[in-house]
Amino acid sequence: MNRPSYLNSSVVLLALMIIPGFILPDWMRYVFTVALCKAFVVLGVVILLRAGLVSFGHALFFAAAAYSVAFSANLWGIREALVLIILGVLASLALAAIIGLLVARYREIFFAMITLAFSMAFFGMLVKAYRFTGGTDGLRIPTPAVLGFHLLPQTSSIAIYFLVLFCLVIVVYLINRFMNSPYGYILRAIKENEIRVSYMGGSVPKAVYLTFLLSGGLAGLGGSLITFNVGHIDPYLSYWTTSGEFVFVALLSGTGNVFACIGGSIFIEFIKTYAFKYTPYTWQMMLGGIMLVVILFSPGGLWALYENLVQRTKMGGKKYDATT
Amino acid sequence: MTLLLEVEDLTIHFDMIAAADNLNVAINTGEVVGIIGPNGAGKTTFLNLVTGYLKPQKGRIMLMGKDIVGLRPHEITAMGVARSFQMPQLFLELTVLENILVALATGTGCSLHFWRPLKNKKRINEAHEILDRLGIDEMHDRLAGEISEGDRKLLDVAMAFALKPKLLFMDEPTSGVSTEDKFQVMDTLMNVLNQSEVTTVFIEHDMSVVQRYAKRVLVLSEGKVVADGHPEAILKKETQSVQGVEIKCSK
Repeated sequence: MNRPSYLNSSVVLLALMIIPGFILPDWMRYVFTVALCKAFVVLGVVILLRAGLVSFGHALFFAAAAYSVAFSANLWGIREALVLIILGVLASLALAAIIGLLVARYREIFFAMITLAFSMAFFGMLVKAYRFTGGTDGLRIPTPAVLGFHLLPQTSSIAIYFLVLFCLVIVVYLINRFMNSPYGYILRAIKENEIRVSYMGGSVPKAVYLTFLLSGGLAGLGGSLITFNVGHIDPYLSYWTTSGEFVFVALLSGTGNVFACIGGSIFIEFIKTYAFKYTPYTWQMMLGGIMLVVILFSPGGLWALYENLVQRTKMGGKKYDATT
Repeated sequence: MTLLLEVEDLTIHFDMIAAADNLNVAINTGEVVGIIGPNGAGKTTFLNLVTGYLKPQKGRIMLMGKDIVGLRPHEITAMGVARSFQMPQLFLELTVLENILVALATGTGCSLHFWRPLKNKKRINEAHEILDRLGIDEMHDRLAGEISEGDRKLLDVAMAFALKPKLLFMDEPTSGVSTEDKFQVMDTLMNVLNQSEVTTVFIEHDMSVVQRYAKRVLVLSEGKVVADGHPEAILKKETQSVQGVEIKCSK
């Protein structure tokens, strides 16, 4: 995407995201906010996917940040959202820094399985350490204050929505710059040919480690923000199905663009909500069906579908072939 | 001429096979060296050893007076050594221009820069200049996976050349290239390398190519240097035997 069209898309998207904050009913704004929080984690997963690495354990950083926020709020009485966000992100970064030392050496299925193993070990710890974590009951988080202003129950969901949106705008801008930087291209190069990257003077282990850190930090940001919206956390935040959902959304969205992650996350969250409402016992089957349709008709994800549509419109309805 | 690379008693065995057996080689700045030898002589192993892909079991590799044994490929590359590959190692999903841009950014130590864009004006101009010198600029916006084998070879070398190396290794730069295009590819490559005064070492099977472009030839057999000298001196006969190694020279 060139610079003017990127700016236009950003402005349109931002406007489209601001409106729901005011007009949507509470329940829908809630779902929207959850989707946006998860979009941070999906972005983290996508960054790793660009380097050819599939993490099945990103729920670990998501949950670690959420629990860090809960502990900080409940044990130390911290109410300021920005401080809590920083603490949550720092907790996930610290974990990613330690785990990254090991996982950065592995690739493909081994990388996926090791990240999954860490996530499940963390889940087990959260369930067993009942005294601190509340076990499977989880923990309640009090409504935070934003910049010193204590939020009223009637307006807190709107304030939290805009807090999440503010963070998302900043992150989207930063990640978009990152993806177009030499580092962003090096990740694509690593996915294709690690040996060549080494022979160009690039340190692949260092690049993978730093990417893992960045990715963990993004998951931590999502985890911190979701606690404010939901007000309650439990160990299932770090369960493997949560990690699987992030990978699912990343693949469904496509890795070509940062906006794809947001669109994909909102799409899936609403599909999930409605599927759960109308088919409470078979909603996973419905999601699986959607995934199958996307894989069959648009292997590049929803973003590729959008790009195809745009190209076809430009070509006056003629079929667009991405390979030509 | 100063000593650029010095290899002393370099040894590596794969099971019982000696791929490098007390190998001793010295390469001076400005030389154009061709390495020949039969299959399994240890030519590519030599290249893999001096570029850090393999670690020798014995011996020293001195690059500009520094021992580089144990250093990883990216560390050796940062010291001014670049290589191209027998099978071109490209980023097939990136365009030809992007391949060079990534090489330029990495070569200047910017591989982990995350703020400024890869595609800045200065870097793009430099990439076009390199592609132009190698005669492949007209395909800059095509995916590397879509270009012909000969052009891939040129792009592979262009990526190594973009690192501004002091010493460039090329592993069979004409393999997979048709007989008609072979000399054209080599002419283009050697012109650019000679103009830039890059010390060049290339592995080649085709003796006519070695004879035409190398100023010095190393003959390897069973991991040892069995002949070292001027191409004409070594290839004075159409077919000759150097310590049991038969060299065929096509004219």
